[in-house]
Amino acid sequence: MKIESTGKLQRVLNSGGFAVTAECGPPRGADAEIVRKKGELLKGCVDAVNVTDNQTAIVRMSSIAACAHLVTMGIEPVMQMVTRDRNRIALQSDIMGAYSLGITNILCLSGDHQTFGSQPDALNVFDIDSMNLVRTVQTMREQGQDMSGFELKGAPRMFIGAAANPFADPFEYRVMRLAKKIDAGADFIQTQCVYNLARFKAWMKMAQDEGLTEKVHILAGVTPMKSVGMAKYMATRVAGMDVPEGLIKRMEGVAKPKVAEEGIKICLETIAALREIQGVHGIHLMAIEWEDVVERIVSEAGLLPRP
Amino acid sequence: MIVGEQKPISEIKQIIAPYQKVLILGCGTCVKTCFAGGEDEVAVLASALRLVCKTEGKRIEIEEQTVERQCEDEFIQESAQAVSRNQAILSLACGAGVQAMARRFTTAPVLPGVNTTFMGVLEKPGLFTEECSGCGDCKLAVFGGICPFTRCAKKLLNGPCGGSQNGHCEVSSDIDCAWHLIIERLKALGQMDNLRVYLPPKNWAASLSSGPRKLIREDHML
Ligand code: SF4
Repeated sequence: MKIESTGKLQRVLNSGGFAVTAECGPPRGADAEIVRKKGELLKGCVDAVNVTDNQTAIVRMSSIAACAHLVTMGIEPVMQMVTRDRNRIALQSDIMGAYSLGITNILCLSGDHQTFGSQPDALNVFDIDSMNLVRTVQTMREQGQDMSGFELKGAPRMFIGAAANPFADPFEYRVMRLAKKIDAGADFIQTQCVYNLARFKAWMKMAQDEGLTEKVHILAGVTPMKSVGMAKYMATRVAGMDVPEGLIKRMEGVAKPKVAEEGIKICLETIAALREIQGVHGIHLMAIEWEDVVERIVSEAGLLPRP
Repeated sequence: MIVGEQKPISEIKQIIAPYQKVLILGCGTCVKTCFAGGEDEVAVLASALRLVCKTEGKRIEIEEQTVERQCEDEFIQESAQAVSRNQAILSLACGAGVQAMARRFTTAPVLPGVNTTFMGVLEKPGLFTEECSGCGDCKLAVFGGICPFTRCAKKLLNGPCGGSQNGHCEVSSDIDCAWHLIIERLKALGQMDNLRVYLPPKNWAASLSSGPRKLIREDHML
């Protein structure tokens, strides 16, 4: 028997709804007010707020702490957890601690390599990989045991997410990897930002043919582009990102004051297209340092009010 | 083989600064093959140091010697006399050689002249690549002979991360994505099914993680 976690995200997805989540990056500092402000902007327009874990390997307030601040505001967080910075002992301990603070969703990631960050001379950990982390959280939830088989006094009942990148290579292998993550225990999958719809559709089709869309909730990642510079940066500098040339041209084709508006338009068109794809059970909005646009996008996409 | 790189001469100069009589001791095995510490490198370094010291007006006597392998006591002993004539030994061996020397000769300091970098192969002339981290629990059979623990920047064992593009690792376009190579190789071998199997967390107990390791072969003990 699959044990349910206790969160809203899971309820929305399991009842066949179209979920909306948004991203919140914790500050580079100890000011909880910044987290609360972001939370205020997102409250009510998404089902859960996804909190990054030292993303791009830049030191920030911990994901657990930022999630806990959101919990006190009545916002459901999805705690990202990367295997880059903690060994298996710390990972398990933090999962239990997070659950004890009311955090019911986890997104298991390997994490950007530290060479991308502000402290490239750091030692990385990578004791286990993201697949192992998914399985670990599942075992904790369903068997009530830690990795050593010890019976836990109170099992963390997390709803488990994992990442998939339909745009990374080798393409054919990406679906095989998705299947493996589902087997390991992933309940939902968050994808890399979708700009190349054709490739995303091809990936979804392969996933569907393998029967995977029946077994897991796929949330498609979307990021509104604020400027031409950002579009180009993502196209060339962000690992595993696929921004088609045509989109960059489209952004370049409008007058400067209208570029952000065009970015929002593209985003809305993408969301509309994603909703038509069978097996896509929601979107994950990553409006990086642009949280105030989330409500507008969700509203104009016709996804308000949230259940 | 063990691959290493000679330290910059400025650093070597600093390391040997307190001494007037120095033995530069090369090693004729791995570091010779990677041009870091064989007989030729010993000669070149010795002349360079002599020249630098001369122009700086510093008196120094440098003796040169190279033994077959600095990691084996049998060969190390050949340097005993030269060691006794000098105040310090600058070893151009790998870290194991430096320590073997330090264990054998306790009267003079043994100083490292090489940065030992990795266990690898000569991929083509002038290019050495890291292949093995000596984790003590070899799983190369599953991965088509390509080690993800060493060659994937994230030590991933259940498949590539989302940063792999066009065969390159997200860390740098100069690095091949190990997982790309593994997949290509397994495809060619018709063994892609290997990758469907979930691999549980690696047991690092056999690695350096448990502290320095020993290999005991009682059948070879005297
Ligand atoms: S790109 Fe490939 S080699 Fe680099 S970290 Fe990811 S999986 Fe490992």
